Amino acid sequence: MLAKRIIPCLDVRNGKVVKGTNFEGVKDVGDPVKYAEFYNKSGADELVFYDITASFEGRKLFTDVLRRTAERVFIPLTVGGGINTLDDFDTVLKCGADKVSVNSGAIKDPSLIAAAAKKYGDQCVVLSMDVKRVDGKFEIFAKGGRERTGLDAVKWAKFGEEHGAGELVVNSIDTDGVKGGFDIEMLDAIIAAVNIPVIASGGAGSMEHFVDLFKKTNADAGLGASVFHFKEIAVADLKRKLKENGIGVRI
Amino acid sequence: MIGIIDYGVGNLFSLKSSLRYLGLESKIVSDKAAAENCDRLILPGVGAFGDAMEKLRKTGLDETLVKEAEKGKPILGICLGMQMLFEKSYEYGEHTGLGLVGGEVCPLSADVKGLKIPHMGWNDLHFEKNDPLFKYNREGDFVYFVHSFYAKNCENSVTATTFYGVKVTAAVRKDNVFGTQFHPEKSGETGLKMLRAFAEVK
Repeated sequence: MLAKRIIPCLDVRNGKVVKGTNFEGVKDVGDPVKYAEFYNKSGADELVFYDITASFEGRKLFTDVLRRTAERVFIPLTVGGGINTLDDFDTVLKCGADKVSVNSGAIKDPSLIAAAAKKYGDQCVVLSMDVKRVDGKFEIFAKGGRERTGLDAVKWAKFGEEHGAGELVVNSIDTDGVKGGFDIEMLDAIIAAVNIPVIASGGAGSMEHFVDLFKKTNADAGLGASVFHFKEIAVADLKRKLKENGIGVRI
Repeated sequence: MIGIIDYGVGNLFSLKSSLRYLGLESKIVSDKAAAENCDRLILPGVGAFGDAMEKLRKTGLDETLVKEAEKGKPILGICLGMQMLFEKSYEYGEHTGLGLVGGEVCPLSADVKGLKIPHMGWNDLHFEKNDPLFKYNREGDFVYFVHSFYAKNCENSVTATTFYGVKVTAAVRKDNVFGTQFHPEKSGETGLKMLRAFAEVK
């Protein structure tokens, strides 16, 4: 049976792992390669590396981190952050990424999704979206959640699927960093609209939140950052807990 | 020396890294002479079947693979590389494969209803036969899949299956020719064990 996936996300700036709350007040917590190795050993199913660097030098540090990780960790690696062109895809794929996630880059240029899917295959293209409630509707926000786009989240998810995205990462700005649980209502709306795997993000604070996610929605994977980095939840414990609750996981 | 066939399709970084991690010597090979000099070959691949076969034919390595297989050299096809070992594929039309393993490649969507396509993620293996590739592995080990097409009508060669709405061909072997639908180079320790076993196939 296909296992539900647990995916730690490492936000990387200038070659170091960082994680903020509600996208603000980021602080340093360490070496990404060490994290990746640690997570691999503890049973993480996949890793997401998110580059939040703005500078050229930072970008170089990021690809070094990615390459060093891909030389030692043999589970799927997804890379996101600052992906705006096919050249950006090319750069990270050559450093060992398996999938590339686009967010603001696809909002700016929606044709990027289809172009990348054609060149690298659907399985390689992940559409990542930051979603927030505005006047009772789910709206897409760009630039790390800072900028309204007016795009309807459900329509955007469908657009992504139709144009070749192989997977979605759906992040709730309303629940991100709050650790009060995943945004079940919003995730449900997106999952019902598409037939590609959906990775849920934003709000994980306890093991019960992951149990809830998989019991209440048809999400394929749960993503977390600080809950794992600060060892509030150990991936191995979480997997056991999910299994006890009848959820199929890889142990 | 393990030769990784390079015909301009897919990412060879992880495969090369995983073999290096295991302390196994490998090199990227893109011509006939280099492929002949290796004592075993890996055929990787992602993307569409027709396009990949065309690129492989352009390098002439399709004929080399068939000849080397006939000589008894161990060959491992991974993902699309496994599918290319078969006689034909019905991925967007009808395409001829290498014909090293009997059977054909068909869309999952024709047989799997109500599940997401592609079949993407970790799924567990059921061994249909004892196979040298799995000598370090156990029944129920999880491996990483990403595919929308799967091999059918190849019952005699199937060594492992997984379940995704239907029984899905996960691995095959015809004598010295091996294939895995999943990615051993992306399946953690489980997959590394298989790559080590492949390097030890006599």
